[in-house]
Amino acid sequence: MADWVYTEKVKDHFMNPRNVLSDAENFEEDGRGMVGNIKCGDQMLFVIKVDPSNQTITDCRWKTYGCASAIASTSVLSEMVKGMPIEHAYKISPKDITQELGSLPEHKIHCSVLGDKALRAAIDDYYQRTGHAEKIVKDEARVICQCMNVTDHEIEEAVLEGARTYLELQEHTKLGTVCGQCQDEAQKLLDQYIQTHFS
Amino acid sequence: MNRTVYLDHNATTPLHPAVQKAITDSLGIFGNPSSFHAYGREARAKVEEARQKVAQFIGATADEVFFVGSGSEANNTVLSILPCDKQSCVCKMKTAQRILTTRIEHPCILESAKCMKRRGSDVIFLDVDQAGKVRMDQYEQLLTQGDIGLVSIMMANNEIGTIQDIRTLARMAHEHGALFHTDGVQAVGKIPVDVKDLDVDFLTVSAHKIYGPKGVGALYVKKSIPFCPLIVGGHQERGRRAGTENTLGIIGFGTAVEMRQAEMADEESRLLKLKTVLRDQLAREISNLRFNGHPTDCLPGTLNVSFEGVEGEAVLLYLDLEGIAVSTGSACASGSLDPSHVLLATGLAAEQAHGSIRISLGRDNTPEDIEYTAKTLKEVVRRVRDMSTAYGADAPQSSR
Repeated sequence: MADWVYTEKVKDHFMNPRNVLSDAENFEEDGRGMVGNIKCGDQMLFVIKVDPSNQTITDCRWKTYGCASAIASTSVLSEMVKGMPIEHAYKISPKDITQELGSLPEHKIHCSVLGDKALRAAIDDYYQRTGHAEKIVKDEARVICQCMNVTDHEIEEAVLEGARTYLELQEHTKLGTVCGQCQDEAQKLLDQYIQTHFS
Repeated sequence: MNRTVYLDHNATTPLHPAVQKAITDSLGIFGNPSSFHAYGREARAKVEEARQKVAQFIGATADEVFFVGSGSEANNTVLSILPCDKQSCVCKMKTAQRILTTRIEHPCILESAKCMKRRGSDVIFLDVDQAGKVRMDQYEQLLTQGDIGLVSIMMANNEIGTIQDIRTLARMAHEHGALFHTDGVQAVGKIPVDVKDLDVDFLTVSAHKIYGPKGVGALYVKKSIPFCPLIVGGHQERGRRAGTENTLGIIGFGTAVEMRQAEMADEESRLLKLKTVLRDQLAREISNLRFNGHPTDCLPGTLNVSFEGVEGEAVLLYLDLEGIAVSTGSACASGSLDPSHVLLATGLAAEQAHGSIRISLGRDNTPEDIEYTAKTLKEVVRRVRDMSTAYGADAPQSSR
């Protein structure tokens, strides 16, 4: 058989996903996070168990509606976070997950972004439940293109989906297609996100 | 891996053994069919022999058929006729500039239609109903509004297999003075097609969908119909398509068509039986699924099914690991964000399109293949649903 489009590790996690939440198991969670939307083709649920004495994730489970790399990346993430202090887990980036997997096809990376977001949502939920809402880091989007109401988050998303040039960014987001004043700032963010995710 | 089952024949097909033999037997033929010497004449004879076979297969005469590099090229060629800006061109016989096509065409039609739009042609995309059939009321209404120069409607859809009533659609177009093109890439060689009976002006055919080689197709252009070439710069194909002929490909194409002529009727009815067995078994054994496309006016070997709560690419790759090759309408597999434009056009919700699988059967498939596929698919869907946020206890009510 020809080369699998994914690495051996991705294939392994895809074929034998770890820590999948089973309805029968009755997993007692301390935090639950769900992100994504099945209309867009990807949705992720992450649940965690936390040891309050040392603020460490002792166990976790997940489910996903998504493609092979969504399954594999969440599976590998579930192995990464066990035994990890929540503060550390809170900072896991898509790049960390991708590195752990070896690599993913570039256009697939936006799938693995969901894993860390779902985990963060689960930790936020844990903070909420335990009366530490002040620890939740508000990740507010900033509008870059006023005309078309495009945020920095959407620019990042476009980069993850493959936009590499300003023109491609415009095709993805319609940014800068009216007055064009945001071009310089958008270009700067574009370069920055490419650097962050793909360098 | 114990068994391999290829169920992606709408994507492409393996060479028919007779085609393989015809091509390998001809590997020594290298002459340029345009040359007058013996080498050239040998190649020319082979090309013309193949042309005769293709023409006969679709009910045309040989001078109405010319060879191109692909179905996509043929489709691009037809759509480029209207905005031709050469005043002397024969295609200027037509003045109406609007192009009418459908939302479920192959991307090579959709994209070239959009390209024509940018060049100033008015392009209208027809809607289809839930089964993927052109909405006749809308079609009639748009034709009546007038100024339609060209209608292009695919004969059979590559994703859902729905077959259009081309004879009626062509007649209606002609009644309103429009030229009629049909993309027959998926239909020719699977269902009987006769250009005179259908009365179409242009028909696109591809070799590699019917056990012929890749890189060769044909365009039928009815006699006396205005035409201008897309690729210019040579007198090949009677000036209709410049570029030295793909002799080996054309030879293979001719044999593929010959084989289809002999085998199509029996073979396609066999595939229809296999597909029906598969469909019934899936319907019995897997809950919450829906079959897409038209229940009867459908390509015999094409089955498109959506499974609730699953994402198609995951299913595709789990099946691949079990040796089964299918395709999906999910966005994930396409590298774009949007799921199948065809399924969306039939009114499916995005999540239903993401969860769709296209199974397209062909001449190598056996009842054992179908049995294995049904069994494996059931297992894979169960597995994917077990870890899905969109199925079972964790599914938000809104998605059910």
